[in-house]
Amino acid sequence: MSEWPILSTVTFLPLVGAFLILMIKDEGAAARRNIRNVALFTTAFTFVLSLFIWAAFDPSNAGFQFVEKVEWLGSGVTYHMGVDGISMLFVILTTFLMPLCVLASWVSVEKRVKEYMIAFLVLETLMIGVFCALDIVLFYVFFEAGLIPMFIIIGVWGGKRRVYASFKFFLYTLLGSVLMLLAIMAMYWQAGTTDIPTLLAHDFPASMQTWLWLAFFASFAVKMPMWPVHTWLPDAHVEAPTAGSVILAGILLKMGGYGFLRFSLPMFPLASADFAPFVFALSVIAIIYTSLVALMQEDIKKLIAYSSVAHMGFVTMGIFTMNDIGIQGAIFQMLSHGLVSGALFLCVGVVYDRMHTREISAYGGLVNNMPKYAVVFLIFTMANVGLPGTSGFVGEFMTLLGAFQANTWVAFFATTGVVLSAAYALWLYRRVVFGALTKDSLKGLLDLSTREKAVIYPLVILVIFFGVYPSPILDATAASVEALVSNVTASIDAGRATAAAALAQ
Amino acid sequence: MTPELSFSLTLATPELMLAIGAMAMLMVGVFSGERSTTLVNGLSVAILIAAGAWMLFFGQNGLGFNGVFVSDPFARFMKMLTLIGSIVTLVMSVGFAKAEKFDKFEFPVLILLSTLGMLLMVSANDMITLYMGLELQSLAAYVIAAINRDSVRSTEAGLKYFVLGALSSGMLLYGISLVYGYTGNTGFDAIAAALAGGERQLGLVFGLVFVLAGLAFKISAVPFHMWTPDVYEGAPTPVTAFFAAAPKMAAMALIVRVTMGAFEPIAFDWQQIVVFISIASMLLGAFAAIGQRNIKRLMAYSSIGHMGYALVGLAANSEAGVRGVALYMLIYLIMTLGTFAFILAMRRKEGNVEQIDDLSGLSSTNPMMATVLTIMMFSLAGIPWLAGFWAKWYVFLAAIDSGLYALAVIGVLASVVGAYYYLRVIKIMWFDEPAGGFQPMAGELRLVMTVTGAFVFFYVLIGGPIETMAEAAAGTFF
Repeated sequence: MSEWPILSTVTFLPLVGAFLILMIKDEGAAARRNIRNVALFTTAFTFVLSLFIWAAFDPSNAGFQFVEKVEWLGSGVTYHMGVDGISMLFVILTTFLMPLCVLASWVSVEKRVKEYMIAFLVLETLMIGVFCALDIVLFYVFFEAGLIPMFIIIGVWGGKRRVYASFKFFLYTLLGSVLMLLAIMAMYWQAGTTDIPTLLAHDFPASMQTWLWLAFFASFAVKMPMWPVHTWLPDAHVEAPTAGSVILAGILLKMGGYGFLRFSLPMFPLASADFAPFVFALSVIAIIYTSLVALMQEDIKKLIAYSSVAHMGFVTMGIFTMNDIGIQGAIFQMLSHGLVSGALFLCVGVVYDRMHTREISAYGGLVNNMPKYAVVFLIFTMANVGLPGTSGFVGEFMTLLGAFQANTWVAFFATTGVVLSAAYALWLYRRVVFGALTKDSLKGLLDLSTREKAVIYPLVILVIFFGVYPSPILDATAASVEALVSNVTASIDAGRATAAAALAQ
Repeated sequence: MTPELSFSLTLATPELMLAIGAMAMLMVGVFSGERSTTLVNGLSVAILIAAGAWMLFFGQNGLGFNGVFVSDPFARFMKMLTLIGSIVTLVMSVGFAKAEKFDKFEFPVLILLSTLGMLLMVSANDMITLYMGLELQSLAAYVIAAINRDSVRSTEAGLKYFVLGALSSGMLLYGISLVYGYTGNTGFDAIAAALAGGERQLGLVFGLVFVLAGLAFKISAVPFHMWTPDVYEGAPTPVTAFFAAAPKMAAMALIVRVTMGAFEPIAFDWQQIVVFISIASMLLGAFAAIGQRNIKRLMAYSSIGHMGYALVGLAANSEAGVRGVALYMLIYLIMTLGTFAFILAMRRKEGNVEQIDDLSGLSSTNPMMATVLTIMMFSLAGIPWLAGFWAKWYVFLAAIDSGLYALAVIGVLASVVGAYYYLRVIKIMWFDEPAGGFQPMAGELRLVMTVTGAFVFFYVLIGGPIETMAEAAAGTFF
């Protein structure tokens, strides 16, 4: 196939933009405007280009598409790219959120605009790379390298405790990942390759699967983040600039879930089956416990951060139900959460840019002078709660349905999380938006500007559109998920049969 | 001249070039006085480059001088690294020597002699050659450490280095005598043959331990690392750069050759020792560096840690392991030279500064310098895609293959701890308020930083051919 390598183009296009920005030497207002324009143009163009991937994507094909493979390093490590139904939409989500992030930072980032935009564009390349990589070493490189720009973003443009937050973020995630690195090496010696499609077909011995699964779990659980290794997330979210929070919640958290789907489940099916109750337990604790913690927060961003942890609990639960509907729901939930939590952080950013505080108690009665803001914030709050008609509902409902099939008690406890999420989200909304406008500082606030509308309205449309009509997403993922589930089930059955035969002898 | 002798001389031509060159440079220096420093420096670089080029284009494989001298792909690979280290150090020293009034023509001459010793170490195939090379290298190094004789710190560094170095030489020599006593040989091949035939004796293991202790001193591996921070801090910065780069290459090559060559039949015994010093070095390098305020001391602990990682590859006792060591040393060399080019460029009006806090806010005052150092620090921490990650990748890959899981897990966890202090340097440069910039960099430092920075940054693109070279080097032993 001598087709145009569209995945590589989409992946590395942001780097071209970063290079162009690097070339802009002056430092005046004009130069800053040029930098922003280049960044916006690059990300927007990347998004448009990535839509061609979706357009040309064949949803009936469960295998990898748009595959590119080139010799890279010696000893079998290749540059291998491709997407399937599981990963393709994450690429689109990434490219979609990036222009919004650039727009959201248009006025709020004043110092070091050049470095800021370069960091974001580099980060975009690395994130897209994670979802496209079909070589496990390539995957690891993209996965880990993302820490560098994110560390800089939090540390340079973050809030008061940015140093602490950036270090915690970096070291926590690194600690999880290095164990995965060792597991990757062990897989290389066992299977003789780092090629993901080959590894997917490889049968790892049952005893080895347990250790490999645990090593991968260490990395993805931190990234996800799952209780009890979630503590870096509230700090990182709170201190990061708005766009950083959007990326963190919208995409970086999804890498953990994607990792479970791409590696843990299909490559170590026996271990996954063994550990599924363990994951269920952690997920349910995450859903209930972090929802309760969210209730007590006084910082808006921290509250949303804890709600993210709770929602990711639904994702891990859905993934380890190991049935079609649960996994489809988990993917849908991840995409929907990418839109909704991103949007919520953007909403916080809107008032933060005006007031420079995230204390809930500093707000109240915004509905009186910011009606448009009140409406969009309400829509996203409802989506976060999982109100039918918003995309949040579809994902939660499907994961709960899958969980009900796998384990009724898990579904029961997880559903209480839905109630709790309504409690904290609506309470937050009431305290910020409703009530009388008594605080003098709030009286002069203006409603959404044109730029802010351009950032937030597309998200409103998508959240409602996918809530009413989720088929475009579900159709794209169906074939790949089905193939994944049938492979996993077959391996588990085969593994059980072998174990039973060994026992009978 | 017999054909055997002429072949031997051909093999040793790079060494001969350095030996004759060093003596010639001494003459030039003596007869034209102190003003000749720049000339001697330039000519010394030329000699080193010529030796490297000769090795690259006319290098042959074979044993010379009745088997005490060996030239093979591994030796040439490691010699090349050693030469690069020496060349870059000399190039970097020019500006510093002028600014700090330390322009003595003896410096390049001593570097030449020390490098000659290192080349002999790399090519040693006999305990006697080993000791000769090692002592030539060390004696020159002791003098270089104290070359700034008006400075108390520099003389203290020299003295400390000398006393501890002499002790380690003594241990090494004692170990050699024990090995000779139990095997009846000093040649590596003969020792290996004797060990393969006979049963393992306790006294021999003592000899092995002493030999390894003497060699571990040279790569500053724990528990023989005590001299490193003081010498690094006290010696003039170009000298520190030299100590951090070239001798480590030669000493590591020597350790590989002694273990893989002479003591290959008792691999089980030395593997335990190597695993121990590897773990100890990684942990000490990671934890002790956290509290450092002086960037040269920080780099001292960093180099201790990095030697621990390189030894992980050796502990694996496999072809993949030696390949890992070779690649690790290459990448470590480049990162170290880049970082020291930066340290040399830390100049204010009042002179050179060495405190990490002096880097405060550097990303606003000297963005390009800050960017290169950031790349170096992330690379030293082993974050992909930078070169430092691939160095760790190859050594841990070998360790996993050999089933050294505990070593690998401790190693990667130590690398997370180590990441903390590298991040702290980055944090000071990027997150803190500016504290005044540095003077513009000298041209040669700019060149070194650009080249090393590009290497570290673009290693992902050029890693394939480099791995092939290292593979060929590692193939020597298998």
